[in-house]
Amino acid sequence: MSSQVAAMSRKTRGPWALAFAKLATDRAAIASLAVFLIIVLACFSAPLYAKWAGTDPFASTLDAVIQIDGADVPVMEQSTEGLGLGYTPIGPTWRLGNYFLGADSQGRDVMARLLYGGLNSLLIAGAATIFTLIFGTLAGLIAGYFGGITDTVLSRLLDVLWAFPIYLLAISLSIVTIAQGIAIGPIEIQSGSLWLPIIIIGVVYIPYVARPIRGQVLALRHSEFVLAAINLGVPGWRILLRDILPNITTTLIVFVPLMMALNMLTESALSFLSIGVQPPAASWGTIIQDGQALLYTRPLVALVPGLAIAISVMSLNVFGDGLRDALDPRSKVRLGRD
Amino acid sequence: MKKLLLAASAAALLAGSWLAPAQAEYLKEHRGGTIRLLARSAAGTLDPHINYTDQGWQMYQPIYDGLVAFRKAEGVEGFSIVPDLAEALPTVSNDGKTFTFRLRKGIKFSNGQDLGVKDVVASFQRIFKVSGPTSGTFYAGIVGADKCLADTKSCTLEGGVVADEAAGTITLNLTKPDAEILYKLALPHAVILPADTPTEDMGSKPIPSTGPYMISAFDPNKGMTVSRNPNFKQWSEEAQPDGYPDVVQYDFGLSEEAAVTAIQNGEADWMFDALPSDRLGELGSKSMDQLHISPLSAWWYAPLNTRMAPFDNEKARRAVAYAVDRNTLVKLFGGKVLASPVCQVLPPDFPGHEDYCPFSKNPGAKWSAPDVDKAKQLVEESGTKGQKVTIIVEDTAISRSIGVYLQSVLTSIGYVADVKPISSNLQFTYIQNTNNKVQMSVTQWYKDYPAASDFLNILFSCASFREGSDASINISGFCDKDIDAQMQKALDLGVTDQKAADKLWAAIDKQVTDKAPAVGLFTPKRLDFVSKRVGNFKFNPQFNWIITQSWVQ
Repeated sequence: MSSQVAAMSRKTRGPWALAFAKLATDRAAIASLAVFLIIVLACFSAPLYAKWAGTDPFASTLDAVIQIDGADVPVMEQSTEGLGLGYTPIGPTWRLGNYFLGADSQGRDVMARLLYGGLNSLLIAGAATIFTLIFGTLAGLIAGYFGGITDTVLSRLLDVLWAFPIYLLAISLSIVTIAQGIAIGPIEIQSGSLWLPIIIIGVVYIPYVARPIRGQVLALRHSEFVLAAINLGVPGWRILLRDILPNITTTLIVFVPLMMALNMLTESALSFLSIGVQPPAASWGTIIQDGQALLYTRPLVALVPGLAIAISVMSLNVFGDGLRDALDPRSKVRLGRD
Repeated sequence: MKKLLLAASAAALLAGSWLAPAQAEYLKEHRGGTIRLLARSAAGTLDPHINYTDQGWQMYQPIYDGLVAFRKAEGVEGFSIVPDLAEALPTVSNDGKTFTFRLRKGIKFSNGQDLGVKDVVASFQRIFKVSGPTSGTFYAGIVGADKCLADTKSCTLEGGVVADEAAGTITLNLTKPDAEILYKLALPHAVILPADTPTEDMGSKPIPSTGPYMISAFDPNKGMTVSRNPNFKQWSEEAQPDGYPDVVQYDFGLSEEAAVTAIQNGEADWMFDALPSDRLGELGSKSMDQLHISPLSAWWYAPLNTRMAPFDNEKARRAVAYAVDRNTLVKLFGGKVLASPVCQVLPPDFPGHEDYCPFSKNPGAKWSAPDVDKAKQLVEESGTKGQKVTIIVEDTAISRSIGVYLQSVLTSIGYVADVKPISSNLQFTYIQNTNNKVQMSVTQWYKDYPAASDFLNILFSCASFREGSDASINISGFCDKDIDAQMQKALDLGVTDQKAADKLWAAIDKQVTDKAPAVGLFTPKRLDFVSKRVGNFKFNPQFNWIITQSWVQ
């Protein structure tokens, strides 16, 4: 193949292939993605781990006794010195499947709870991200494309929602719904359901997605290809789906890891405040809350889920940055100069 | 043998009096200094007619006085009533409905005003004018109280509290005899304040006092300074003794962990809040001399809603009572040193208490072990298996862990259970309101005064249940007309024969326990951690540590 032909074949690569190729060269982004995928895989293996370890991470086992090097060791150790006050859960055994990270104040295996907690945290963050992207995109598309009174009403609603401090709004919604659940017509969500934190987190971040999408749609609405389609009599919904939506897809893709990270933090905060995932179910936030009472004697109970949140959020943010660089044309210009 | 015992007792008494020098001698040696106390937050309003917290009531002891007081003593003596601002205990007439007190002379408030009978009348009116939290219960039996409750602002208690300025007497007239009235008069809600005290919640503004101390500064976000009342002269050592420290400095805002460290370092002398559970082992082994464990007349329990499925079925309630492992709960609370398992309502060593536990592997006087098989059988028989149960707990480490444990117990006997922790500020009122449809909860009850009725009548009488109200302290919604009639009989009997009344209360305790409207969990103990320099620690069973009877130098 001559160099001219090779150059031509390079020119014919589509924008997605280019973006992927660019992303593949971003080592930090790929490493972050790999770290995040390992965490996801580990968390999804939670039921297998619990089964293999023969532990129930949701039941109190204060009287359990385990074997370490042939010796019987109680999971909750009573102080034997002085007045004999208090019980301390067993610390890390560093033996996989046998209280690797020790026990919490209910005598439960922290490692098994950490994996189950991660599973819930990821599920909630992921589902809330999908919820936010669907409704945020819908609101942004409608407001930006139809304009006029529709835009005014929707934009003001989004402004009102965005005017509330995010955490305050999420906490308020959680407190109202956590004990009784939600019942709107035929839709009923029981208290304690994971759908409650998903919807609450999803709702509070809708303006975060809808506002920039609306801005992009507003610009696209006045572009020549859209005006031409309108003048040709193409129906509005078709223009939205076929002409505008594909042009905002890259923005939506960039939103995914960033929203995931944001949602994980929000979920952890709500669960830490007892208004997210409800006991005995676990999330990283609830495990930190459980560990708070053990900071002095068993700091790992709180530190490990904290570390898991930090690593997950950091890997999502770094990957999100790489994805944005790959998909954003302006970043190509920047890279081209290098 | 009897003679020998008497001789030994006399010798012990003599030795005791020889070993314990008069308070005056101790005062000379240890008087002075500043005692530093810590709490995570202030106890709410400073107004003693309104504040209804352990923290507030404890602090009021060396500051305010009522006509009578609980003796400032340790042990069971601390439950006895002694005259305080009154010269002597009242003379009782009119078939137990009239109480006449003679006011002591020469007592001044901290602002220099003389104490007079008009202050007593105004204070009783003020209980109603500020809508005190117990005005409708403890003091509703005073003649004229009904009108005061209906129209608080124009309350006069006409015919109820009558003052004779010349004779220096106050006559209290009741609509019917009340065996517990002296206890109620000894509570902070009935202390005597200057007649010109505004009839509104004084919030952060200190009210002049008659005790050896007065509140000289208060900031709910920072702290409270309590200093000596310059007008105080001791009139009764048993009711209101002079204190040792010159100043009590009560600081707010430090976390429990930080408070423990401050006390260990000698920067503070005591903390109000419970010690963090993960410090118990360390403190119990390294700071034994600084720890004081005292019994409390209190009850940790799990009310079961007797008006909602599944616990409208007595068998379902009894099943839960059988299944709960009290030893595990004791473990969660810090171990046997800090709590004891219970099945019944009345706490140990409380009037009317007789050991009783039907919900045990070996039913009898004491709880021995859970009977999960029996519990499962009762769930089957009740036909409630598989029903959903939600347990509402406080959002605190202990309450949450108890909730999680109870959830696993309910699951193990066939229910589909979950736990909801709710902010501590809301949980207690939330679980009382029937609109919230709470099936099961975890809460505590601490006595107001040492009478069986303060547990049984208040927590389980039909009158204590109010549909749709945040103040329905009968959380279980339990109402048994027969038991109610017996409680009324015991209250009436107490006026003439307290021993017989206590016997009847013991029988009522057993009947209520059998019906299982609530599951008794454990009786807690109070653990006080003081600095090395604190001496003469005395624990009063009514108001806990007598702060100013300890010295710091």
